[in-house]
Amino acid sequence: MVLEAVLSGFVLALFAPWIYKVGRGAAGWILALLPIGIFIYFATFVPPVAEGETFVFAQTWVPSIDISLSFNVDGLSLLFAMIISGVGALVIIYAGGYLAHDRDINRFYVYILMFMASMLGVVLSDNVITIFIFWELTSITSFMLIGYYHEKPESRTAALQALLVTGAGGLALMAGLVMMALVGGSWEISELLNRGDVITGSSLYVPILILVLAGAFTKSAQFPFHFWLPNAMAAPTPVSTYLHSATMVKAGIYLMARFSPALGGTQTWTVVVTSFGAVTMLLAAHMAWQKKDLKQILAYSTVSALGILTMLLGVGTHAALEAALVFLVVHSMYKGGLFMVAGAVDHEAGTRDIALLSGLRKAMPITGAAAVLAGLSMSGIPPFFGFVGKELIYESTTEFDMSAILLTVFAFLTNGLTITAALLVAHKPFFGSKLSAPKHPHEAPLTMWLGPVTLGTLGLLFGLLAGWVGEFLIAPAVSAVQHHQTEVHLALWHGFSMILLLSLVTIAFGVLVYWKHEVLGRWFAPSNVISKWGPEQWYFWSLDGMLGFGRWQTRLLQSGYLRNYLLIIIFSTVGLGLYTLSKYNVFSQNTIFRPIDVTSYEFMFMALIVASAFVVTQVRSRLAAVAALGVVGYGVAIIFVLDGAPDLAMTQFSIETLSVILLVLVLYRLPRFIQFSRSRPKKITEITAALAGGGFMALLVLLVTALPAQSRLAPYFAENSYKLAHGHNVVNVILVDFRGFDTMGEITVLGIAAVGVFGLLKLRLDKTRQTDTPPDVLTTQHQSADVFPVMEREQS
Amino acid sequence: MEVLLAVVVGILYAAGFYMIMRRSIVKLILGLGLLGHASNMFIFTIGRVMRGNPPVMPHGHDVLTQPYADPLPQAFILTAIVIGFGVQAFATVLVKRAYQTVGTDDFDQMISTDQP
Repeated sequence: MVLEAVLSGFVLALFAPWIYKVGRGAAGWILALLPIGIFIYFATFVPPVAEGETFVFAQTWVPSIDISLSFNVDGLSLLFAMIISGVGALVIIYAGGYLAHDRDINRFYVYILMFMASMLGVVLSDNVITIFIFWELTSITSFMLIGYYHEKPESRTAALQALLVTGAGGLALMAGLVMMALVGGSWEISELLNRGDVITGSSLYVPILILVLAGAFTKSAQFPFHFWLPNAMAAPTPVSTYLHSATMVKAGIYLMARFSPALGGTQTWTVVVTSFGAVTMLLAAHMAWQKKDLKQILAYSTVSALGILTMLLGVGTHAALEAALVFLVVHSMYKGGLFMVAGAVDHEAGTRDIALLSGLRKAMPITGAAAVLAGLSMSGIPPFFGFVGKELIYESTTEFDMSAILLTVFAFLTNGLTITAALLVAHKPFFGSKLSAPKHPHEAPLTMWLGPVTLGTLGLLFGLLAGWVGEFLIAPAVSAVQHHQTEVHLALWHGFSMILLLSLVTIAFGVLVYWKHEVLGRWFAPSNVISKWGPEQWYFWSLDGMLGFGRWQTRLLQSGYLRNYLLIIIFSTVGLGLYTLSKYNVFSQNTIFRPIDVTSYEFMFMALIVASAFVVTQVRSRLAAVAALGVVGYGVAIIFVLDGAPDLAMTQFSIETLSVILLVLVLYRLPRFIQFSRSRPKKITEITAALAGGGFMALLVLLVTALPAQSRLAPYFAENSYKLAHGHNVVNVILVDFRGFDTMGEITVLGIAAVGVFGLLKLRLDKTRQTDTPPDVLTTQHQSADVFPVMEREQS
Repeated sequence: MEVLLAVVVGILYAAGFYMIMRRSIVKLILGLGLLGHASNMFIFTIGRVMRGNPPVMPHGHDVLTQPYADPLPQAFILTAIVIGFGVQAFATVLVKRAYQTVGTDDFDQMISTDQP
């Protein structure tokens, strides 16, 4: 059943264009029924999973190499599956409004449904290969979604960047997962989680950890791989909402949470994961409040939130995991909502630049209300769920046994700057006495405010019902991450404590920075120089380096000169062939020194063949060359006659005659051989290559014939030609009976060649049109040139 | 016998390779022809040569009795001869059209996919 739930997205994606054709404006609502159905289906798992049950669904796929489509529903995967399907439904409805007038919207539905299905696959898979396949599918669908506005160069660059960064991480992840499976002795994730001590105790533990974390960090945009996420904002806003805040970027978080029973709990894990997370969260929070574009602010604050999650998973205590999962839910709700708000503002007011926007609440009251709800949750104001999250974050950093003070300071600054970002997004554009926007704003349609209002309200409801949420959603997830049953008691009110005081100071700090953000922005402007030489530059340098290398080796190998290709082919075949032969020590006395029993007329015809071949290569006249080639052919035919192959001889005689006629007819219209000049060293290289190639083939003949002849097929044909096929001529019987289908294929090939010859002869090439419109032959060549622009540039 | 045939095969290959490395497109066609003969002789020789004993049974017999030449390589070569002719015919006509269109029979001038 889970398998069907995962795959249904792919199936619906196939039909999405038709559904759009029929449903038009209502297509978003219709397609959203699937994620809603999936959400309800997974919701039915909540009570039993809260009781501590887990559900495993297994379907064999490639049993010979232990790949199975097995799915595991436990607290962690259930929480993720509900976020993915729930936010997915809202995003698809939202996209129906946001992209209503876009001509490619049907394509969008296809990609987003495929993405949703892949993402469900990632969080539910219980097999390391299956999870990797779904993981890569999310990268690919993300590539198509970021590049949705494909006519814009920045979209294409951003899409490629995201694909290369997450794709490289994906390859590392694959290596890590395979190594983990080999060390742990199972391909099923649930089995591996039971063998954490085997994996952490193994000598391969550190490489496995590095590789798996490389996958998680690239996907979840941890420093120094964070740069692709803000660039991915080139995607349409529904994509940013779904992939780049609520779901895909959390795949890395999911991975770390999922494998923490197998990989976590060591000092290496704590130090590495915590410090990467802490650096990312503070750096990104600092970048966020300095941006002017709504989506950029949200993107950097998303990176910051992912940093917080990573940091908490690194700390790994019960309190930290509780904080991580609460914050995960909080963040998906408020960030998803704010992205949708940003899209609505962009759509209705004509810009995302906060400097140009103010007082929008008068024109867009519902969107404004949704923004306020989400902003309050993001700032961690009670009674919103965000408050619960922030309290828990402080609770876990102050308990961190390595350096509680440092981590708490990092968390304090991050949280404070997050509040600043929340105010910039939810307060700045909507409040202020004067209404200002580039175009006359009006309220967004229902499709576009439904999502943010729902998510904002949920943020409030979850805060009010914190105890219930903790028991049914958070506790099972924490149990899954800790790998034993545990309890979670969430509450809005913890009484007066240091942590509450810290929360209050954080709010004051965040508001202060917001109040003075223009002045502070000027002060901190020089620090942005770092980003210019930061990791994104490394990415571009390595990309340029790679392309440069590609260009260099293309120039080296793809010269466009036929003889260069031939030289490479001949020399490498001879070299590799000789190497292999020498390795197996096949040479013997018998190879060359054997009795030569040759009749005089055999010898005569062999000499004739050799002499004629030599004439072909040397003669200046075309006709003479064709005649000499004909003599070679007849010579070969006579050898066939003498050595027991009359059928071959007959065919050879007739075909050779035809060839000579054809060549004479056609070559007569071609120019004489012009003695093209060629430098002496080149000519010597070519002669060497020709002799080496010929010598190698001769050597092969000698080696093979030195061995005793063994044909298992010949006796069969000899025995059965007449009995089974009623023919006395065995060769003929093979051709028309035993291997009749081969002959039919051969006839087909000849037929195609004949059609090709006919087409080429009939092809009209109008000389006068040649200059502006290329004739047919050249058109096809042009198309192939477009496929390889690099080559084209090199050769022209 | 096989030693001499090996030499013939080697020389035919060498001549064929040499011809397809020339700059003239007409020589390419002749080179392909030589390579075809070389390959047929190659298969023929490594299938062992059996003088004067074609794999044909006399009338009245229902099994082929030893000694006989291996019929399988012969069937291969028969196919190869005919296919080789098809290839050569197509290449010849293609070269003719290419010469008419591009206006040169020099391979060194035909290194770009663009029109000259």
